[in-house]
Amino acid sequence: MKNIWIVAKKDLSSYFSSPVFYTLTSVFLILNGFIFLNILNFFSLQSFQAQQLRGRGIGLNINEMVIEPSFQNMGVILLLIIPLITMRSFAEEKKSKTFALLLSSPIHLREIIAGKFLACMIVIGLMVFLSSYSTCYLVLIGNPEIGPIITGYLGILLMAGCYVSMGLFASSLTDNQIVAAVISFGLALFMWIIGWGAQAAGPGLGQLLEYLSLVTHLEHFLKGLINSSDLVYYVSFVLFGLFLTHRILESARWR
Amino acid sequence: MIEVKQLSKSYGPREAIKNLSFQIEKGEVVGFLGPNGAGKSTTMNILSCIMPATSGTAKICGFDVFEQALEIRRLIGYLPETPPLYGDMLVRDFLVFAARIRNVPLKKTNAAVEQAIEKCSLKEVDGRIIGRLSKGYRQRVGIAQALVHDPDILILDEPTIGLDPIQIIEIRKLIKELSSSHTIILSSHILPEITQICKRVIIVSEGQIAAVDSLDALTTRLRKGERLLLKVRHSNNEIIKKLSSLEKVNAVTEHQPSQFTIDCEPNADIQDEIARLILDNKWGIIELKPASMTLEDIFLKLTLEENEVRP
Repeated sequence: MKNIWIVAKKDLSSYFSSPVFYTLTSVFLILNGFIFLNILNFFSLQSFQAQQLRGRGIGLNINEMVIEPSFQNMGVILLLIIPLITMRSFAEEKKSKTFALLLSSPIHLREIIAGKFLACMIVIGLMVFLSSYSTCYLVLIGNPEIGPIITGYLGILLMAGCYVSMGLFASSLTDNQIVAAVISFGLALFMWIIGWGAQAAGPGLGQLLEYLSLVTHLEHFLKGLINSSDLVYYVSFVLFGLFLTHRILESARWR
Repeated sequence: MIEVKQLSKSYGPREAIKNLSFQIEKGEVVGFLGPNGAGKSTTMNILSCIMPATSGTAKICGFDVFEQALEIRRLIGYLPETPPLYGDMLVRDFLVFAARIRNVPLKKTNAAVEQAIEKCSLKEVDGRIIGRLSKGYRQRVGIAQALVHDPDILILDEPTIGLDPIQIIEIRKLIKELSSSHTIILSSHILPEITQICKRVIIVSEGQIAAVDSLDALTTRLRKGERLLLKVRHSNNEIIKKLSSLEKVNAVTEHQPSQFTIDCEPNADIQDEIARLILDNKWGIIELKPASMTLEDIFLKLTLEENEVRP
């Protein structure tokens, strides 16, 4: 555990000392804020119209109309941003030959991978935390249900974990950061849209594809549900990605 | 302390090292000498448990590099050919990281880092970003990270490559100082370096050991007879003739104007006679000295006519 933190801390310090983190965070916050603003505008327009039509202020559901779409959009932006965070994890270590330092240290490969995963998750957690001003604002001016907000953040972070584990896997394949980013972006997008094939694929396979899709499981979290099947899906997804990363890095030693 | 038996490693069909066997005792400073691509780095990577061997065993302090890699990694400090430096870190932060990841307890980390900075004379740059250091300093930071956890064994892969002459001298001095308290394996294809630092040499060529011996032994074993270098002021045709006629002299050649090499029989001890001859003839003696066989000669000889001298 101590070793994992040492590796994570080293990665974090290089994230925070490079402009990449600040650029990505700014882009993330700007996009996120812009989308939030538009959703909120749309919502107030709708409420206003509803009020005029029915004559009295029956509130439209702020959870359903603002918070849920905000989370969904955040999921899409993270899909674009996370490959750029994870791409350097192993690719850079391999390119600058610093991986030899980690490999010749008394530390397990799994601890190195866990440390890098932790570092990426902390970075993403921080970005998500910085963007939470929008939700706080809603809590202040409206009265949304808190439950779905908390599960929503949990769902987003779990999904981000899946992106990160795919990103680490992609980064372990190559010493070129751009290649790593492209592979992990492709993988993440594929896992996002895999459910689209469900309707065409017939009942059995269709269900499987639906289950495999990253979005399907997020929906439940956004509604305020914590299903054990969704948790199992996300956690096993993350572990499987990290397992593949471990295999790739281990086999690279033998070549 | 280090015991290597029948070690082989193939990269696909290419065999990098073949059946390497050698032993290194505690406190020794051993030079790993060979031309580029001879398998030096491969051997060092295997010894520092970065990659497994295809066959054969290597043991360090009784631990097997494959089975007990974690124990070994605690005992060694490794400087790969390209120093593993994070360009965006400060020197001190990087050394703290290196110490922590090598299991130095938190309380002792500062002292360990301080000592490494002291040993490698990094005091004046310890707050600077590694990526902006000169190559010599980077190399020193590389050595500092290898010894920050005070390992018993230091494995240094080409520590002076790409440095300027002054930096090379400094690094060599540093390694010499370290040799009093550590077992050091050093690889190089630069011969004078090995002569200056190491007491024992392992010469590898094309993945195989060409010779393992102390420097002195190698030099004596390879020196077939003695050779003297002579430089005179007034050269003429008679010199070669007269020198050749001396007893115990095998051959005399003028390799440069007024400079001669005299090959004589082993233990001939004929400097006096040669000097007398020159003085009597008033040729003007400038220099007369034994030509010691340099490691370069040995190296060339070994790698060119391996079979002749292999033990």
